[in-house]
Amino acid sequence: MRGILLVARRDFAAYVNTYWGWVIITVALLLDGVLFQAVGVTNTPQYSADVLKQFFYTHGGVSLAVGVVTTMRLFAEERQTGTMVLLESSPLSDRQLVMGKYLSAMMLMALFQLLTLYMPGMILVNGKIGYDQIAVGYFGVMLMASAGIAVGTWTSSISRNQILAAVLGAIVVMFFVMCFRIAKVTDPPFNSLFTQVAFYMKQFAPFEEGRINTENVVYFGSVTFGFLLLATQALTARRWE
Amino acid sequence: MITVEGLTHYYGDRRAVEGLTFSIQENEIIGVLGLNGAGKSTTLKVLAGLLIPTAGTIKIDGVDLASASAEFRSRIGYLPEDPPLYKEMTVTEFLMYVGQLKGRSARDVAARLPEVLRTCQIEHVANRVIGELSHGYKKRVGIAQAIIHQPRVVILDEPISGLDPKQIVEMRQVVRSLGKTCTVLISSHILTEVSETCDRVLMLAGGRIVAEGLESDLADAATAKAGVHVTMVLRGDRATVEGALRSVSAVTASEFAEETHGFLKVRISLSQDARESLVAALVTAGVGVRRMVEEEAELENIFLGLTKGATA
Repeated sequence: MRGILLVARRDFAAYVNTYWGWVIITVALLLDGVLFQAVGVTNTPQYSADVLKQFFYTHGGVSLAVGVVTTMRLFAEERQTGTMVLLESSPLSDRQLVMGKYLSAMMLMALFQLLTLYMPGMILVNGKIGYDQIAVGYFGVMLMASAGIAVGTWTSSISRNQILAAVLGAIVVMFFVMCFRIAKVTDPPFNSLFTQVAFYMKQFAPFEEGRINTENVVYFGSVTFGFLLLATQALTARRWE
Repeated sequence: MITVEGLTHYYGDRRAVEGLTFSIQENEIIGVLGLNGAGKSTTLKVLAGLLIPTAGTIKIDGVDLASASAEFRSRIGYLPEDPPLYKEMTVTEFLMYVGQLKGRSARDVAARLPEVLRTCQIEHVANRVIGELSHGYKKRVGIAQAIIHQPRVVILDEPISGLDPKQIVEMRQVVRSLGKTCTVLISSHILTEVSETCDRVLMLAGGRIVAEGLESDLADAATAKAGVHVTMVLRGDRATVEGALRSVSAVTASEFAEETHGFLKVRISLSQDARESLVAALVTAGVGVRRMVEEEAELENIFLGLTKGATA
């Protein structure tokens, strides 16, 4: 655990001590604010709970994008700058390296979430919503972002440069997001399969409304675990090159 | 201390090294020599635990790379040709991080830091950001990261590449001081560098060891393979000298360089060390032997002699 935290702390420091992490957060906050204004704050009267639901709908997407962009550097940048040998020649296992990197991206994601609290805070002050809906919404966002970060960690582990890692990560995440559309144009039993794996419409939707379903938690947990396992295997495979 | 047996590594179908077997004693400074593609870097990467060999065993103090890779790697310090540095960190922050990454506690690393900074002669840049340092200082920080956790073995891949002459001299001092506390492996294609700093040399060509030993041993081996070359200054006529040379069976070639004031300067190649017979034959023929100088087997000559014919 000590090794995981060590890697996570350094990588998190690299995000916040350079312009990189702040550029991502600033752009994401701007996008989040504009989307909240455009989708959530309208002239049509709405229930506060619906406004919060709209917020989490758009905020979930922005968080996924943040996850992909932050993870592209995790391993690909280390390879580009030649610092990967520091990690590979250390006594840490590949699993510990992957977990450390994943955790650093999750820490940045948590920081981003903290900075967006003002938006549900505004709904809380001006409307009638419960703290539980906010908490469950953020829990769902973090779960979905965790899955996105795990995807990005994997694509970064198999890519030689950051751009390629980001493009691959975006393609995989977009696939999971768009699965509900694919489900509409496919026949049984594939349509139900695609519906089940859809990040947004199937797995994330209950969180937007303040509901926690075990199956959704297990789903995002499984996707996270699966892609982190793939990333670990990718690192191990490189030692056999 | 380090034992390597039958080390073989393939990149896909391409063989990088095959059947390397050698051992290294404690506190030795070993030079790994070879042309580009000889297998130097692959050998060092395997020794550093970065690659898992296709076949063979590697042990440090009995700890096997295959069965205890984490413990094996904690005993190694590795500096690749391009120093792996986080340029946004200060030297101290970086070394503290690497020391802990290699398994030491923060307190241990902090206690060892002054000694490492002193050994690598980087005390005065300890609080500077790495990205702002010159290439020479970055190399030294690279060495510092390789020794911060007190490894048993330090592996330096081309440590002097890109350094200016002053930095090279300073780097030699650093490497020699490392040899007092740990075993050092240096890869280089700069032969004089290996000659200056190393106790023993491993020569690789085509992924195999073609020679191993002290520089003087290798010179003997090169002599056995390439023969002895002497330059003589003789008094006498050319025909008589040629006749005398023909009578010595070990003479394989002779080259008359110049003739001044009655003296002949001749470069003579012998298939074996038959210098006494050569002088006797010349004196018997009435030729005056003014001077005989053996061409010293420079490491460059030894290397070329021993690697001749080896294919990658």
